[in-house]
This record gives sequence, structure tokens and C-alpha cells, in this order.
Amino acid sequence: MAFIPHTEADVAAMLAAIGAQRIEDLFDEIPAELRIGALAGVPEALNEMEIGRLMSERARRDGLALSFLGAGAYEHHIPAAVWAIVTRGEFYSAYTPYQAEASQGTLQLIYEFQTMIARLTAMDVANASMYDGASATAEAALMAVRANRKSTSARILMPTTVHPHYRRVAATTTCNQGLRFEQLPYCAEEGITPAASLARFEGHDVTALVVQQPNFFGRLEDVDALTDWAHAHGILVIAVVNPTSLALLKPPGQWGARGADIAVGEGQPLGVPLSGGGPYFGFMTTRMEYVRQMPGRIVGRTLDAAGRGGFTLTLQAREQHIRRARATSNICTNQGLAVTAATIYLSLMGPLGLERTAAAAHGRARELTAALTRLPGVRTAFAGPFFHEAVLQLDRPAAPVLATLGSRGILGGLALTGYYPELGSALLVCATETKTSADIDRYRAALADALQQTARAA
Amino acid sequence: MSNVPADLRYTRSHEWLRTLSDGTVEVGITDHAQHALGDMVFVEVPEAGRAVKAGQPCAVVESVKAASDVYAPLAGEITAGNGKLADAPETVNAQPYGEGWLMRLRPAPGALAAAELLSAADYQKLLDAEAG
Repeated sequence: MAFIPHTEADVAAMLAAIGAQRIEDLFDEIPAELRIGALAGVPEALNEMEIGRLMSERARRDGLALSFLGAGAYEHHIPAAVWAIVTRGEFYSAYTPYQAEASQGTLQLIYEFQTMIARLTAMDVANASMYDGASATAEAALMAVRANRKSTSARILMPTTVHPHYRRVAATTTCNQGLRFEQLPYCAEEGITPAASLARFEGHDVTALVVQQPNFFGRLEDVDALTDWAHAHGILVIAVVNPTSLALLKPPGQWGARGADIAVGEGQPLGVPLSGGGPYFGFMTTRMEYVRQMPGRIVGRTLDAAGRGGFTLTLQAREQHIRRARATSNICTNQGLAVTAATIYLSLMGPLGLERTAAAAHGRARELTAALTRLPGVRTAFAGPFFHEAVLQLDRPAAPVLATLGSRGILGGLALTGYYPELGSALLVCATETKTSADIDRYRAALADALQQTARAA
Repeated sequence: MSNVPADLRYTRSHEWLRTLSDGTVEVGITDHAQHALGDMVFVEVPEAGRAVKAGQPCAVVESVKAASDVYAPLAGEITAGNGKLADAPETVNAQPYGEGWLMRLRPAPGALAAAELLSAADYQKLLDAEAG
């Protein structure tokens, strides 16, 4: 079925009614020099059969690699029921409905999602989701500038242990809004942000401190000390967290004496499959005190005129359809489909299931690092606890090693050289509950061969 | 019929001003404005110490119907925001000219003279004209 239901006769009748000759005439107002003209490089349309074949060929090219790649997107087992339910007609829409209250089922689902995320993070309130973890981090920085009314500097402390992509997205998103990000170095031995390094900011006007837990290296930051230091200096704390890890680690609402002020993260690990970078979803939570500074949609529970329970969009005065340019954000939507999957995933797993998943994933990661570091020329880069992901230091260049592993159908991790040149030949590796001891043996054997085939770094 | 106290001065955007004995100026929204907005659910007031320009948005009043900016009627420095409104926004409805004040500011030199303020009589005329 065509998506545009107008026949040529319909179009001609409508044009005649307004006295226009062609549809093109409706765009006369746009000056010719502002028009992009023909779209060079965009091929002709393909029909369904052709596009299906093209996509199958592309998918085959990806292969079915054994993946030890994490770095922000994680392969977890997704119970078959999750996507069977998500793709039911009642749920299969990627968007907040425009007549929101007419879709009570969708609103209830979002409400349940918000409740689960708020409990997982131990924060007061969650919104209906953001685009992804990176954009949620950027929005959290903007939100902190609005919420920290004691601070006028819009200066954000950003540890270099925060995901490099998140840092870039935050800088790009906010570059015209006067925010300044101060990059904080990490401790070379431990791969975490030393609380002592913050002392130089005492007495300066700082708006917020970002803390990622586990950090990009998989290491656990000293979140209590960082949070308490920030609060002692009037600085808000933005937590960036992995939702799976929260089944085991202290949730951001309990960091330090007062808890983080805003907690965000990438929701993909909760039932969303790895898929060429997306679509994933971000989540965002805060304390009730700052709820009016939070971007995005929020679903609330209420009573109708007859006293019956129901769900409604709430606190909309923050949003752009009401406050125009002074809205808290230009995000007035959510990632409906991915959020539906996450809600069903979490309800199927339950708190105990999520805890078992997190523990099993971490167990496999420990097994992996133990196996790999038994090879000569491989050692862990940082001492101290980590969660299901770790940095390995190789004694020869990482890129050719990864290429050799790739040729054997193994995604061996992420080479960090481009992001952290000072780490030299470092590899970020991850294992989850999806990996078996046999998988880990296969990786170890392939890595041993790949190292032998690769010349030692000069 | 709106209450328009004779001893206050007014803006076209429905704020009122009262000059206090220490020379600072108290600002709120008028009875007409609170009535038009309806029941207040949230009020955001500026922090003390903030410098404002005339016409700059510096407070937000949110009712069940709408969220509106409140503008600084003249240039100066905020000396106080009415923190009690955070827990009791309905005070703006009940006592718009009293306990429901939004902020106090110290006018910049010459700002009071430069501000285009209305007398009670002129503000009443504005309301009559708007009611048409």
C-alpha cells in the first residue's frame, strides 16, 4: 500500500481549488539558490524484493562473528518473548502518540518503564526516554546548567574516562550554548578519576561533574568520594551508568551522602539487539527537586472525571509546544519501540534475573581476562575492580591483531589507540553471559596465533 | 473586576511594582494576571545576586492552563526571590499583591526613572481596553 493516499485526480483537484498549476508552485517562496536540487549520490528507488535482497547480502557480509566488543553497546541474551510482544500491533509504533491520552496502553507502558528505571537507578523520577546514552549525557549537561542556580559558569567537569563518543556528542550538542567542558585526566595505573585531582577546582564556579560508572575502561570509579566532593562545592553530579550493572553496583541515587543529581545512560543492554549503532535508547532520571528542568516527555498517573485511574502526559509546561524557545529541550519525543522492549525485558527478568545476568556477564569477563593475560605479551592495563569489560595491553600493535582475529570470525574488541594514544597498544574487551568457556578458549587460541603473526611494536 | 491597588505601579505585561523603604523594589504579577492564568502549580523565582535587564525574563509562573515568563520591569540586581512560593504557589492566586510577591530587586542607577511604568489609573485603562 502506498503511504500517500492521494490519487493524481485528488492532487489535480486540490491544486485547482487553490489556483496552483503544479505542486512545485507551492515552493516558489524558497529562493532558487537555497534549493539543493537533485540529490547527487542517492540512487533510484528499489522495490521491496530488490531492497530485501540487498539487505540480506549486506547482512551476510557482517557474518556471525563471535563478538568480544563492548565499549558502550553490549550483547545480552534477549528472551524470545520480548520482541514477540513488542511487535504486536498494539505496541508496534516508534513514537509517542500525538493524541497521547487516547493511547492508554502506550502511556501505561511508558509509566511502567519510568517506574522501573527510577527504581533501578534509585532516583525519584525518570522521563519517557532519550535518543541514546550519548544524547542523554548531552541533555544532562544542559539540564545541570538550568538546575544549578548557584552557578553561572556553565562549566562542566568531564573525566576522560567517560565514553569518548559521549564526550564528543555532548560537546557538539552544546557548542552554541556556552557550555565549557574541562577534561579531567585519569590515573595511569588505575584507569579511574582520582578524587584528589579535583582539588584545583575548589573556589572556582563549576556547574556539574560527570561520572561514568563503570567507566569507559570498565573500571569502577570512586563514586562516593567524587559525589561528596562535588556536593561539598555546590557542584551537581551527573551519573552515566550501565543499567545492567545497577543490579550489582550501588545505584546513582545512593552515591555518597546525597546521591547523584541526574542519572543517565544507554538503555540498549535491556533487551535491544546490537544493530549497526541503533536504534537504541537513552534513559534519564533526576531528583524530584529538578523535575521541571528535565527534558523529554513524562507520563503521570491520575484520575479521570469519573474518578477512574488513568495515565496522562504531565509537566508539559517544560516542553516546546508550550514554552517555545524557552522550553527545557527540543526533545519532545521518546524511543517508543526500544523502550517497549526494555520494559518487557525488565519485567521478564525481574530484579533477580537482572542480577544473575550481570553476575554471569561479569563472571565471563573475568574468565576472559584471566585466559588472555596468561598469553605472553598480554596484560591488564589497569589494576582494580571492573565490570564485564577491561583494557588489555598488548606488546604489539592492536590493529593488525584485530584484523587477524576478524579474518577468523572473531571481533576481538576495540583498539583504543585512536581515542587514548597514551595507552599505546591497548584493547578494550568485553564478555557477557552470551559467551561460553569454549568461546573464550577459541578467542585465546586465535589471539595466541594473531600475536605470533604480528611483529612486535618497535 | 480586577483589584488594582492605587499605591502600586504597573507594566504592560501585567507585573506590579512596590518601592520599599530601603529603596528596593518588590515585583509580582497583578490580580488580573493571576486570574487569567488560573490556579498556580509552580513558581520559579530568581536567585539573589543575579543582575537583570529591563524586559528580561527572570521568573516563571506555571498554572494549570499555561506557563508564563515574568519580566524584570527595570534593570537592577535581584536582592531576593520569594522562596516560600516553591511550596505554596497558590499564594500568588490568593494574595497577588502581598505574600505572593515574586522578587525584590535593587534598581540600577536611573533605572526607576527610565522604566516605562503605568499608574493604577493607566493600568486600569489598559485592562478596560483589553476587555474591549
